Amino acid sequence: MKLYCLSGHPTLPCNVLKFKSTTIMLDCGLDTTSVLNFLPLPLVHSPRLSKLPSWVCKDGTINLEKELKECAGRVFVDSQPEFCLPERELLDLSTIDVILISNYHCMMALPYITEHTGFTGTVYATEPTLQIGRLLMEELVKFMERVPKAQSATCWKNKEIQRMLPGPLKDAVDVWTWKRSYSMQEVNSALSKVQLVGYSQKVELFGAVQVSPLSSGYSLGSSNWIIQSHHEKVAYVSGSSLLTTHPQPMDQSSLKNSDVLILTGLTQMPTANPDGMLGEFCSNLAMTIRAGGNVLVPCYSSGVIYDLLECLYQFIESANLGTTPFYFISPVANSSLEFSQIFAEIDICHCTVPRKETLIQTNKLKHYPSIHGDFSSEFRQPCVVFTGHPSLRFGDVVHFMELWGKSGLNTIIFTEPDFSYLDALAPYQPLAMKCVYCPIDTRLNFHQVSKLLKEVQPLHVVCPEQYTQPPLTQSHRSDLMLELQPPPMPYRRCSVLNLPFRRRYERVYILPELANSLVPSEIKPGVSMATVSAVLHSKDNKHTLQSVPKPPPVPPSKKRKRVMEEPPVVLAPKPLLSGAVPLEAFLATLQKHGITEVKVEETADGHILHLQADDTLIQLEEDGTHIVCDNNEPLRTTLRDLVLRFLQKL
Amino acid sequence: MPEIKVTPLGAGQDVGRSCILVSIGGKNIMLDCGMHMGYNDDRRFPDFSYITQNGRLTEFLDCVIISHFHLDHCGALPFMSEMVGYDGPIYMTHPTKAICPILLEDFRKITVDKKGETNFFTSQMIKDCMKKVVPLNLHQTVQVDDELEIKAYYAGHVLGAAMVQIKVGSESVVYTGDYNMTPDRHLGAAWIDKCRPDILISESTYATTIRDSKRCRERDFLKKVHESIERGGKVLIPVFALGRAQELCILLETFWERMNLKAPIYFSTGLTEKANHYYKLFITWTNQKIRKTFVQRNMFEFKHIKAFDRSYADNPGPMVVFATPGMLHAGQSLQIFKKWAGNEKNMVIMPGYCVQGTIGHKILNGQRKLEMEGRSTLDVKLQVEYMSFSAHADAKGIMQLIRMAEPRNMLLVHGEAVKMEFLKGKIEQEFSIDCHMPANGETATVTTNPSVPVDISLNLLKREMALGGPLPDPKKPRTMHGTLIMKENSLKLVSSEQALKELGLNEHQLRFTCRVQLQDPHSDPDTLNRIYTHLKSVLKGYTIQHLPDGTVMVESIVIKVSSSAEDTSTKVLLLSWSYQDDVFFCFFFVSFLSLIFSKQWLRDSIDS
Repeated sequence: MKLYCLSGHPTLPCNVLKFKSTTIMLDCGLDTTSVLNFLPLPLVHSPRLSKLPSWVCKDGTINLEKELKECAGRVFVDSQPEFCLPERELLDLSTIDVILISNYHCMMALPYITEHTGFTGTVYATEPTLQIGRLLMEELVKFMERVPKAQSATCWKNKEIQRMLPGPLKDAVDVWTWKRSYSMQEVNSALSKVQLVGYSQKVELFGAVQVSPLSSGYSLGSSNWIIQSHHEKVAYVSGSSLLTTHPQPMDQSSLKNSDVLILTGLTQMPTANPDGMLGEFCSNLAMTIRAGGNVLVPCYSSGVIYDLLECLYQFIESANLGTTPFYFISPVANSSLEFSQIFAEIDICHCTVPRKETLIQTNKLKHYPSIHGDFSSEFRQPCVVFTGHPSLRFGDVVHFMELWGKSGLNTIIFTEPDFSYLDALAPYQPLAMKCVYCPIDTRLNFHQVSKLLKEVQPLHVVCPEQYTQPPLTQSHRSDLMLELQPPPMPYRRCSVLNLPFRRRYERVYILPELANSLVPSEIKPGVSMATVSAVLHSKDNKHTLQSVPKPPPVPPSKKRKRVMEEPPVVLAPKPLLSGAVPLEAFLATLQKHGITEVKVEETADGHILHLQADDTLIQLEEDGTHIVCDNNEPLRTTLRDLVLRFLQKL
Repeated sequence: MPEIKVTPLGAGQDVGRSCILVSIGGKNIMLDCGMHMGYNDDRRFPDFSYITQNGRLTEFLDCVIISHFHLDHCGALPFMSEMVGYDGPIYMTHPTKAICPILLEDFRKITVDKKGETNFFTSQMIKDCMKKVVPLNLHQTVQVDDELEIKAYYAGHVLGAAMVQIKVGSESVVYTGDYNMTPDRHLGAAWIDKCRPDILISESTYATTIRDSKRCRERDFLKKVHESIERGGKVLIPVFALGRAQELCILLETFWERMNLKAPIYFSTGLTEKANHYYKLFITWTNQKIRKTFVQRNMFEFKHIKAFDRSYADNPGPMVVFATPGMLHAGQSLQIFKKWAGNEKNMVIMPGYCVQGTIGHKILNGQRKLEMEGRSTLDVKLQVEYMSFSAHADAKGIMQLIRMAEPRNMLLVHGEAVKMEFLKGKIEQEFSIDCHMPANGETATVTTNPSVPVDISLNLLKREMALGGPLPDPKKPRTMHGTLIMKENSLKLVSSEQALKELGLNEHQLRFTCRVQLQDPHSDPDTLNRIYTHLKSVLKGYTIQHLPDGTVMVESIVIKVSSSAEDTSTKVLLLSWSYQDDVFFCFFFVSFLSLIFSKQWLRDSIDS
């Protein structure tokens, strides 16, 4: 059993598990941090961005003025942003049988995998994951397609040139494989391969393996997966949460007794407490509004925003912000809110206060597909705007950065943990607006995961190498890493791990007819055995044993010659023997069968019996019997059968 | 031989008070717990004393499963759990769990508050009963205990209706509840995978009917409503609050939209608003189209259909009113009917089945003068139409489901005996499987023949699969040999060698030796060599080795040559073999003897 690791990002994993002749991809996360190397895509012409100076190499040898621009000491690629895809060379992606998706954040690379690679398999995901994942993809595509960029920069990717560039561009890996966003057509085609599954539903793969999603408590529809056969069990843990804000609690008990547990998607903010961050978020928001400034919250259209809205709903009344308008701008804002409400309620089934209704009914949250259209006429300040993309490189957020960045009254509050806020802000420097960093990541932290692992006791744990050492910036915090016995097996991008698995048994079904014909004998108290001779049938990875068909009666044949030339393969071979032949009892048996003239001679290991009448020897020993008998087949078979009476046959 | 037993306490050759007991693999399961609409006495509920004469049912039942919220499937639940006594788990889907208590409460109100019955379950009992409910998701495998697992499949019929698969080991039963094999405007069609249950327990309401296309019926319905409206008439549609009502609402709503009609449509208040709310809530249980479009437009947020108020009935001009209950036996639908019956421009459309004794039943049978309370009579002048919109599978649908699931046995419930008999014949003929139709209290027994699951050592399996080749050869079945070890409920099949090791036994070698005399003038090694070459030329396809220690081995038969001191040309051949090669030796010995006594051999001996 092998694990191919196609992504090194611990929270956007993409691993391939080969298990019992099936090839299973676990998640297909898209590493979008690569877009931070690109200039933002403004929705409306931005004089500031277009006036940025081109980057020139110190010695002036390289001139890529069309491709590279400089802003506040950093170099950016002036091109449509590109993403770092899961590794595609490590194994042939067309051999993948199924892809299991754990949550909507971990499926963004799906079109790159399922389209144009020869992939012919099935993708499994829960319904909320599919629907919200579709929204996130649709949003990404719309963000990109709204502002088409004619130019596509490629020269900087040249190895010789990249080497000369300043960091972080210089250190970016695999830049040649970076790809632009997919099209809506590819999204639709990719998602048409998704088969919906419900929590605890067991899905058979080729009869060999069973996979089952478990509630992971992280987001709507989020799941962990169990991949198991009758004797082996692999648990795949992706983004999970123990917080009770989500409707379905994490199913922990089903993870128990796994041979291997693949652990990904822990919190990216191990030192930030989500509740504390929410509090900070609210107080900074209130402070800015009271001072007459605007608040910008860059966020994905699904996920943390649901928590923020819920928290705000309770907060705005008490903070006396009843008149402040809240805007949610995204091409998929409407659908996202509808889905969140529907799915949340289905999950809990008791409809408490619906989140969206209250915020919208009280006219507090208004949503728009874009800054164009209705929004521009209804928009009033000061206000709070939720919009994407959290990388600040594309989407409506770019516009608000240009609009509000120059005033110190305004505040930008980062809540998504996926991007470093300093890197995100780099192309907007110098910036007057205030920045607040309250990353909210409800996924498991190291303390919670150690407790979980103690509980579910996997034999082995596999995890990204980042989890096996403290974070670089806090190297003294040994509590911010996994310490396990046996130590976890770390992986990085392009690792191929041999999982410590010894498959020793397989399930086989004995058909009733054969089962009835078996004759068990008791070996010791509580332990019985029976010899089985059967025909094995293997079909669709299911094995059955059935009785040996009786040979058809041989028709009286004219060709009788050479009968003995045919070796008797159909006959059952003799079983192995066990036990010992007791001398006295054996002699008595011999006597019963008319063999009386027996001379017994004692040897070092046993006895030699001399049947004088027939000139035959029987050597009896603890672990063997030897019959020396010439030209007397009837006697030999008699003796053989008598000896066999005392022995067990296996 | 293991058996599965099925005993209907209700719905055996009958429609109403569905309650079926199943015993499978030592587990007892109650499927549905319904009431009978045709009775007001003890026969209203299933006879639970069949299970036990005295005391509670908890220790006799492993679980109760409710297929959907119709009262003939769940109406006796609080009585069973709270008054007879059952504390185990009750499984039902989320929508059923949400809607079922509302209907039960309504049923209780009618029985206790209106009819004044005592000794009936209370509101509190309904609440307590619902606390025992464990919700089911579609396709989720729920482990009731270590051995018993259940899984719900989509059944169409009404919101949240489910078919359930019950499985213990390799034995299984599927119970359909009520189901519908054709998708309609708001629900999808029932679906199940090829799960090959030992018994498929199916409803058979429409066992003998094959209905004409739904489209025709719908067009008919719309035409009639439209005509009536056009000539300024009022249309009354008596419905039950949940189920068909929503289907007809969607139908009319889209028709109104398309035809740009202005006449008002009303829905009598009460249960219905709540019902529509639940339809909105459980949108994932409706069909694909509704789910896809709900973001833009929720199908259950009707534009043309408004809540009804009693005073509207006297408004002039045309209108359409949906009113409860469905059989015109009481309540708002009856009140409106009385008001409108005298005008021939008006129309009443009965969209479902009516029980004998109800006004609905009477007018459908053509009665034009109705006797009302207080000796008054009512002349029925309005048009009366009947149109079946019940969401049950018809004969074609039932056959389709059998084809889907491929059961080994069939069992019919929830239908009339005569019709069942007909369908039974058809099933037995077409599928060549046994079909049972037990009456209430009668037990149908099916013997199953489950395979025995065993853990085979991978070594043995792989060796066998490698030897067997990739494709099975029916002419030469290969026999596999192994030892089955039975220890503490575990069954392991291993090779004999491994079995010896695992059981801590030592092997006992049984060997045989026999001596054959032979005249041969050569030296001992030469004789042996000659035997070797001869055997090699005769026995093709066997491993024959000439070992340096002066022995020849044919497979595992050892051959040695020695000669007596006095007569060097008289050789003694020692043949030694083990018990395991006994059969092979017999075969070999014959060829061997024919070899060394062959003319060729003798000639060669003499030549030298």
